[in-house]
Amino acid sequence: MADTTTQPSRTNIFRTEEFRSILYQIVILGAVLLAGYWIFQNTVANLAKRGISSGFRFLFPPQESGFPIAEIPPIPLPEGGFLYFLIVMALGLAGTWLLARWFRSRGEAIGAHTWAVGAVIVLVIVLPIGVLYFTADTLRFEYFDESKSYFIAFITGVINTLKVSIIGCILATFLGLIIGISRLSSNWLVARLAAVYVEIFRNIPLLLQMIFWYFVIITLFPPIRQSIDFAGYLILNNRGTILPTPVPQDSAGEFVLSIIVSLILIYFYARYVRLRQERTGEQLPVLFPSLGILILVPGLMWLILGKPFELVFPVLKGFNFVGGMVLTPEFTAVLVALVIYTAAFIAEIVRSGIQAISKGQLEAASSVGLRPGLVMRLVILPQALRVIIPPQTSQYLNLTKNSSLAVAIGFPDLVSVGGTILNQSGQAIEIIAIWMMVYLTFSLLISLFMNWYNAKVKLVER
Amino acid sequence: MTSQSGETTKDSTSVAPPKLSIGLMGWVRQNLFNSWLNSLLTLFVLWILYQVVSGLFSWGIWHASFSMDRESCEGIDGACWTFVFNNWYLFLAGTYPWDEKYRLFIAYGYVIALALVSLHPLAWGKKWTIIAWLLTPIVFLIIIMGGGWTGLTPVDSENIGGFTLTLILAVFGIVLSFPIGILLALGRRSQKMPIVKTLCVVYIEMVRGVPLITILFMSSVVLPLFFPESIDMDKVLRAQIGIILFSAAYQAEVVRGGLQAISRGQEEAAAAIGLNYWQTTGFIILPQALRIMIPALVSGAIGLFKDTSLVLIIGLIDFLFITKLAPANPKWIGMDIEAYAFVAAIYWICCFSMSRYSMRLEKRLRAGHD
Repeated sequence: MADTTTQPSRTNIFRTEEFRSILYQIVILGAVLLAGYWIFQNTVANLAKRGISSGFRFLFPPQESGFPIAEIPPIPLPEGGFLYFLIVMALGLAGTWLLARWFRSRGEAIGAHTWAVGAVIVLVIVLPIGVLYFTADTLRFEYFDESKSYFIAFITGVINTLKVSIIGCILATFLGLIIGISRLSSNWLVARLAAVYVEIFRNIPLLLQMIFWYFVIITLFPPIRQSIDFAGYLILNNRGTILPTPVPQDSAGEFVLSIIVSLILIYFYARYVRLRQERTGEQLPVLFPSLGILILVPGLMWLILGKPFELVFPVLKGFNFVGGMVLTPEFTAVLVALVIYTAAFIAEIVRSGIQAISKGQLEAASSVGLRPGLVMRLVILPQALRVIIPPQTSQYLNLTKNSSLAVAIGFPDLVSVGGTILNQSGQAIEIIAIWMMVYLTFSLLISLFMNWYNAKVKLVER
Repeated sequence: MTSQSGETTKDSTSVAPPKLSIGLMGWVRQNLFNSWLNSLLTLFVLWILYQVVSGLFSWGIWHASFSMDRESCEGIDGACWTFVFNNWYLFLAGTYPWDEKYRLFIAYGYVIALALVSLHPLAWGKKWTIIAWLLTPIVFLIIIMGGGWTGLTPVDSENIGGFTLTLILAVFGIVLSFPIGILLALGRRSQKMPIVKTLCVVYIEMVRGVPLITILFMSSVVLPLFFPESIDMDKVLRAQIGIILFSAAYQAEVVRGGLQAISRGQEEAAAAIGLNYWQTTGFIILPQALRIMIPALVSGAIGLFKDTSLVLIIGLIDFLFITKLAPANPKWIGMDIEAYAFVAAIYWICCFSMSRYSMRLEKRLRAGHD
């Protein structure tokens, strides 16, 4: 072929694919830029006409927010002592990195040496927590009030969004798992009921469900004097759900430390058991000794130093309950709606994940003599998780984004607080930019976490 | 069980199976009472079912009022469906002028007639059916809005409400976002144009990363700032634009999934017979991809239909908003639960039937493939 005598035909440069793709791109980019410039010009003109100055200056003092927020979570702010924590944490991470590099240069993994694992735990967990515990002025908690800036108001909204999303994700996972497994139950009635649940709740708009639950709580629950009272542990009325508050006592810090210590002990015990099984084939129990450590060590602490937490029960005084944690009707309605709605989707994901595992796996596992519980735990679930995790991730993302519907019933989440600020200050572009940035950050973080988890459980192919 | 079956095969011919393992009793034993735990569960579920169903029946039917008369609702324990019957127009069209109601009937009648005609096998796959359906949203909108050359009294878009508004927002959202979604998906897949690809990826991921409500706020508050004051867009149109832009990003991902499922050989074969990019995409790739996409497209449509309810937050009088509007009338105060139940039932019927239809379609398409 190489010695062909025909001249290579001279292609017109304007007719090559490269040229055209570059031309198209230039045209499209130019159009986008022109449109952007036009929009920018119009916006500047419109803002000038309305007398709104752009920029994020309005977020900060001396501008006061001047509006109340119904639910005010504590905002943790770092103080001087926090710097030590950061320094120790950074040193610990650097040390771990160096250690990992040293092992890699020798062609080994950190996990192969118990002393190395211990060193990493000391560097990244024990030392930083020790610093947090023993230095003063590490964290300060600030609460929003009307004299605080819009910035603090926004952070309050972000924390409220996070609160309802995180609790919602956890509860929805449990409920969805139960319903998804129920759909495959050998009990016909249970399976049907689970299917009915899924079909009902995923085909009705979430916003309608949220508004409905809110209405139910504020009008159908009893007034405060006739609250439904479960011995003080749970009080329901139309002003909210009231729970007793655990108030930390003097020994609370030591108690929490002892829990962390026992978790580390459990990790080393489980590791010892695994290595021993790999060496000798002999299995040692893990669950009960671990539970034993988890109860014994903190329990001992409790006996020596006294109660770490005191439960303060809510008491009816005048027109309201005093003491105790109040979950507002808004929070409860948002949470209930999000959990019920998302659980219907998660149930379908769990069901299809389990169904995706071929029957042969189950039969093979049973025939080598595994008990049904172990078949589920060791054979079915690890494989099903691979199918489940990617769609599960998008459900968590959806739940977080859907928590923004809370604005319709007045739960002060990010969008709700932002909407109030928007009405007051008129800084629409900035506020929508903040919303988008915060939600994009959430989305990114959840995706990163779930990708990491997915990489952990996915099939290791050789 | 399995070990025994081997032994019994020899003489099983003469012995009838035990009564308890066949027929209704056998089914009940196998599916409801096969272990003590399951029996307990069955009884518990039956008890819950009895509570819920009897409660709903007594509230919704037995003690409910079904007459047109307001007085019939005084002092009853059940639902007052009288409220729904009397407010049907509000639920259907919000504040649409009562004098123009015949236009609503014509518009809905047209859609229903077309749907009935389409059920007949003669209409399946015919060109005129497809064209009629494609024209439907526009015809519907022209009849409802009037004005211009039609000679009908123009109706302001802010006076269209209730189910009609929800329907319009959802249908136009789905139909108009689809071509944008296709373009975005093609852009995202293009290998030779990195700039276009980046633009598409940024758009898709940004829109998918934020909640619809922020997009709706943006279209209702910020969009007017983007245009010179001479361009005046009303509230409904702005919400509609927001919905289309939002939906396009999701449709793009659906289309991308469909395109990825088409083997590369198709593209290469098309190139080999001399088709250019647009011919390849339009005649070879998309028609095949579309078939695979149908289930995902329908579930996207269901999602968007539910999501249009969010426009109530920016103050549009959609179907869901009527649950606040109708019981606000002093004559019908306290009818919230009836309103929620009715609206939820209609939403549910729409979404559920769409999902069932898509399942049937999927089955039929799969059958065609095998």
